[in-house]
Amino acid sequence: MSGFVIRGGTVVDATGTRRGDVAVDDDGTIAAVGEGLEGGDVVDASGCVVAPGLVDLHAHLREPGREEAETVETGSRAAALGGFTAVVAMPNTSPAIDCASVVREVLDLGRSAPCDVHSSGAITVGRAGEQLTPMAEMAELGVRLFTDDGDGVQDAGLMRRALEYASGLPVPVTLAQHCEVAALAAGGHMHEGEWSSRLGIPGQPAESEELMVARDIVLSRLTGMRVHFQHLSTGVSVDLVREAKRRGLAVTAEATTHHFTLTDAEVASYDPLYKVNPPLRPDADVAAVRAGLADGAVDAIATDHAPHTQEAKEQAFDEAPPGMLGLETALALALTELDLPIEQVLALLSWQPAAIAGLSDQHGGPVAVGRPANLCVVDPTETWTVEPTASASRSRNNPYAGRTLTGRVRHTFLFGEPVVLEGDAQR
Amino acid sequence: MSHDLLSVGDLGADGIDEVLQLTDSFVEVSERAIPKVPALRGKTVAWLFYEDSTRTRLSFETAARRLSADVMNFSVASSSVKKGESLRDTVQTIEAMGVDAIVVRHRSAGAPWQVAKWADASVVNAGDGWHEHPTQALLDCYTIRQHLGSCEGRHVAIVGDVKHSRVARSDVLAFTAMGAEVTIVGPPTLLPPSLEGWPVAVSHDLDSVLPKVDIVYLLRMQRERMASGLIPSLREYTARYGLTRRRVDRLGEDALVMHPGPMNRGVEIAADVADLPRSVIVDQVRNGVAVRMAVLYLLLGAGSDKVLTGVEGAS
Repeated sequence: MSGFVIRGGTVVDATGTRRGDVAVDDDGTIAAVGEGLEGGDVVDASGCVVAPGLVDLHAHLREPGREEAETVETGSRAAALGGFTAVVAMPNTSPAIDCASVVREVLDLGRSAPCDVHSSGAITVGRAGEQLTPMAEMAELGVRLFTDDGDGVQDAGLMRRALEYASGLPVPVTLAQHCEVAALAAGGHMHEGEWSSRLGIPGQPAESEELMVARDIVLSRLTGMRVHFQHLSTGVSVDLVREAKRRGLAVTAEATTHHFTLTDAEVASYDPLYKVNPPLRPDADVAAVRAGLADGAVDAIATDHAPHTQEAKEQAFDEAPPGMLGLETALALALTELDLPIEQVLALLSWQPAAIAGLSDQHGGPVAVGRPANLCVVDPTETWTVEPTASASRSRNNPYAGRTLTGRVRHTFLFGEPVVLEGDAQR
Repeated sequence: MSHDLLSVGDLGADGIDEVLQLTDSFVEVSERAIPKVPALRGKTVAWLFYEDSTRTRLSFETAARRLSADVMNFSVASSSVKKGESLRDTVQTIEAMGVDAIVVRHRSAGAPWQVAKWADASVVNAGDGWHEHPTQALLDCYTIRQHLGSCEGRHVAIVGDVKHSRVARSDVLAFTAMGAEVTIVGPPTLLPPSLEGWPVAVSHDLDSVLPKVDIVYLLRMQRERMASGLIPSLREYTARYGLTRRRVDRLGEDALVMHPGPMNRGVEIAADVADLPRSVIVDQVRNGVAVRMAVLYLLLGAGSDKVLTGVEGAS
């Protein structure tokens, strides 16, 4: 054994928490876990938590098509800096990821990235909501999560057929839904309520999300297929999923860092930095999302990392595109904002999303001999101030500028390679 | 007045009062044989209009010219915006030409706030989306003061499409700041989804409100609202919320009828009602010029800390 030893940390994974060094072999697997390990180089982890790398179910890497905002390479670097060892790239690229050739392109771009890039696939061709994509040929290339993210599949009949068709694929896949009933949301640029009424910005009601959550819960029951709900943002959505789980339905859900951190009151600045879809919601919804993360109604924290150029965000609020960055701040926001033990935060950011994405064989731990060394080392007490210009992303639409957060990623290892050391990207 | 006029709510009662008092002098100027003073000679005022506007633009332009300011027009055709430069780049372009004030009309709520963030010049909101139209509210307050002495203790009914109305949002802020009571009246589909924090009463029954009010303020009813299913038909709207001759009889003797224009005669206001003596719609337009003179003067005239961009002429 040569390799290196991550020394002095506390190992946290789905099996529990214990003091321990982690020895990583040259082949990128974990060689030993235990106290007082010797051999090879030493990476300091004293005072830190050594955990399975984080997994983001929801990142917009913008390639192909919008390389001025982000590329697979820059987005992956931001991910690695945020402690992620795997991201699922959303399909709303140009062209959309709706067939094998585009999946192949994204995977090719990801091969040299400092993070394991997985592609999602669209449910409908061009994400247009009309015709099913060739899911089998995409699944053959490794796609496990299908979504029309950016839009919900509006036609309930089509969604039913998508679920039924997917159930017959040779590998298990998950259909994920961006829940937004267009007929209710159309033309809305923020949450409809007190603030939209006062600010004169057309709103979209919480119900446009909730109605599709309810619809897909019953479609999950009808088809027996698993449905994953993306970026839940309202109290009723969280309640619906909680109740569906209580009834034994195969549903999972994610919530974003911004939906448990920011409220629609931010929009009073009219800064399109705070424009995002689903929109920022009032306090009560933020509290409900936090409660859902705490009690297991929501399974994962996702970033919905959505880079946009400065020019795009320097339009009027209703003309600017929705979306905000999230990969580099996710873990720190969760540790700072959520009143949860680090073990639970890591479950929400690592092994639970890994399972939903079908990546558990390589990501999400456990930290055990023979497993791939996809790891992040986090100092849970370090405080730092968010500085958007310091981001590895090509874009700067970071709504947390100037915030002081607690908890920082020190090192990230991808299949044993140190891609981040002491907070610096190594490539 | 501070550096910009973005929301009428920023002025407060004292600020509104300051504008109204100064407006008196500019009303007097407007009545002169040569209605022009050199107060803003050497100052440049630019219009940045992202939405068609004839009335507001003409009113501002007249106000600026009567103050001897130079005017510059930057109208952006509604269709060409999206493929062109960002709002910020446009603002910086205008600034580079050397302007003292930018009067912004934009179809998007909040755009003047963004312009103010990027511009050193004073920014005047001339209407932003559904949000605000501060100078309209000021001229409305002035018109009420002119006819009824003051807004204090008066009861105003604002009738119609409040949801999509920047006039209504600014009027609610200004009227209530000046001590008036406001009731908004309209079908639920045309009222804002939430009225949390609005200091207003709400009614869906115009007939029961009319006897109680000193001013009935009618909003323009746009035909698009019918197409988007917010009302069944203009005919039904008029039947429930139009100010017909019959409804005028329910008003108190001195009650005023107001409208921000342009009117849809026969829809929100009956043709003959618009021409009654109690209808002060033409006064609103007339006062608009004087109010905008007052606003520009307060922002750019004596006491302003702005640096002159041109040679100051002898007045």
